[in-house]
Amino acid sequence: MDLKTLSFIVVGATFAIYIGIAIWARAGSTSEFYVAGKGINPVLNGMATAADWMSAASFISMAGLIAFLGFTGGAYLMGWTGGYVLMALLLAPYLRKFGKFTVPEFIGDRFYSRTARIVAVISLLVISITYVIGQMRGVGIAFSNILEVELATGLYSGMAVVFIYAVFGGMKGITYTQIAQYVIMIFAYTVPAVFIAIQLTGNPIPQIGLGGTLAGEDTYLLAALDRTLMDLGFAAYTTVSGMTMLNMFLLTLALMIGTAGLPHVIIRFFTVPRVRDARKSAGFALLFIGILYTTAPAVGAMAMYNFINTVQPGEVGDPQGNLVIEDRPDWMLRWERTGLLGFEDKNEDGRLQYYNDRNPEFAAMAEEEFGWEGNEFTRIDRDIMVLANPQIAGLPNWVIALVAAGGIAAALSTAAGLLLAISSSISHDLLKGVFMPRISEKRELLAGRIAMAGAILLAGYLGLNPPGFAAEVVALAFGLAAASLFPTLMMGIFFKRVNREGAIAGMLVGLASTLLYIFLFKGWFFFPGTNVFPDTAEYWLFGINPTGFGVIGAILNFIVAYAVSSVTKAPPEHIQRLVEEVRVPRVGTS
Amino acid sequence: MTQEESRAAYWRANLRLLGILLAIWFVVSFGLGILLSQPLNAFSIGGYPLGFWFAQQGSIYTFIVLIFFYTWRMNVLDRKFDVHEE
Repeated sequence: MDLKTLSFIVVGATFAIYIGIAIWARAGSTSEFYVAGKGINPVLNGMATAADWMSAASFISMAGLIAFLGFTGGAYLMGWTGGYVLMALLLAPYLRKFGKFTVPEFIGDRFYSRTARIVAVISLLVISITYVIGQMRGVGIAFSNILEVELATGLYSGMAVVFIYAVFGGMKGITYTQIAQYVIMIFAYTVPAVFIAIQLTGNPIPQIGLGGTLAGEDTYLLAALDRTLMDLGFAAYTTVSGMTMLNMFLLTLALMIGTAGLPHVIIRFFTVPRVRDARKSAGFALLFIGILYTTAPAVGAMAMYNFINTVQPGEVGDPQGNLVIEDRPDWMLRWERTGLLGFEDKNEDGRLQYYNDRNPEFAAMAEEEFGWEGNEFTRIDRDIMVLANPQIAGLPNWVIALVAAGGIAAALSTAAGLLLAISSSISHDLLKGVFMPRISEKRELLAGRIAMAGAILLAGYLGLNPPGFAAEVVALAFGLAAASLFPTLMMGIFFKRVNREGAIAGMLVGLASTLLYIFLFKGWFFFPGTNVFPDTAEYWLFGINPTGFGVIGAILNFIVAYAVSSVTKAPPEHIQRLVEEVRVPRVGTS
Repeated sequence: MTQEESRAAYWRANLRLLGILLAIWFVVSFGLGILLSQPLNAFSIGGYPLGFWFAQQGSIYTFIVLIFFYTWRMNVLDRKFDVHEE
């Protein structure tokens, strides 16, 4: 069977599963719609959280990013997992004890202020909408690449499927679909990794294979990769390159704090029955995430190793050592058609050279001794690494079809979680909380569904016509989560003295400083050409990359909130009691 | 012990546990995985240079263990201070 037919069957079968689950898990009350009736088993909730969190970026982009960064790619691995420690220890159990439906609701109640709730809703909407654009685009790209249909067709099918299970099932439908999506995603990610690990190292476990020797040799895989890269003028894979140690540190911290502040992940902990389940669920979520995140470095390194050895099968410098263009493998032809891979035979020797021509010493030597006239790969999109990996390794078509279904599952599961966070903040926080406090449960549920449908249409539209700044805004989304939501939530639980004035001032300063710093380097509201400073290291304040500035915003939020609170009136008695009750799982009777 | 003192003691025990676990969280990821990674690369686990292993494998395993340990330890504390759920 050809790849296209096979892909249609595999992707179609997964869609049938999602829709079947939606029919079975229809939401009947606002509690089921927002938090699945608080009745989800903690292990299953961990699985759903993992699918919710791992987006198209984790599934498709991360390993490719690591392949080209090497060691410093660890910032993404540690950042996107370490945030769960913060979430599990500092937020999840307490917010579950609080026992309401949304993140802005906690902020509004704890700081006894409608203004605080509205500021939180605005942060939540900016974060979630930014995120959802990328997911819808991911769905469209995965479809169009593999099923060879138009981007729009792929996107509409994705929207239709999400519409069915998210609008009718609410959180309940989304949760059970996400569990199925996790299984598909993890299977699709690990199967090719296992095959490739066996091919390269003889060990079926990628995490062990990466630290093992090459099959039938005494050389370690990583040592061989280090040497090959250095022979071609690159930095060794296992050492610092691509970003400075300071920015690796700040990026890791920003991703951790940002992760802990993401509202669509936090609300997943509202769905379990008890406080102790929220703790346990966070552990299982990270365990399920860890399976993919510890496999990703193996996928990245092995993809890089395979790629270089395809281009440079012989000795570096040997005129016969490079790939003959005419004989290049099928996967290259396939990705050339998409425009994501491109080359140019600069020295017209009919062969391809991939090396670091930005290393002046090596480039000069290569030109003089080997007759190389520059790196001949004009384009290697990092995102193709995971999708091309099974093809590079020559794996059967059903594996390639499975990877497509996995990529789509990753994007859909995250999109659904985000859409729920968006719709609940509109129907519950804005409508019921601010504008129509007397709305009946039935009408609130209807409003939630309409908000969800509206959010899907908006997300689809933006996915199809992404603002030119979509990629830049991701830094903003994380920065906002880190600078506004995380510190405010944490202080709400751990610092009883922080009051309304402090929280609002802290959030605004955190938000404004992060926005200002990002706009200074990326342009006002991301309009190209309006940036005040060029976005390069020498202009950054203390060398801090705008992506990592959320950390500074978070610190400013903490300082301002604390300072303002200590010169204004302490929170009222009933709020102090609320904080004390949130801190214990059950109010003791003895 | 009054209920109020008991709750305060529970909270202090919780904060102590958080302090220890977050110290480990910081040392393993930012310490061993980033700041000290380069000198640590002189050692290795199999084919993994040690600093590289902490940045791309070890820190993730540590995070998972930390959360499960926290869960177990908090359940013990909940019972000890009689604030556990049904």
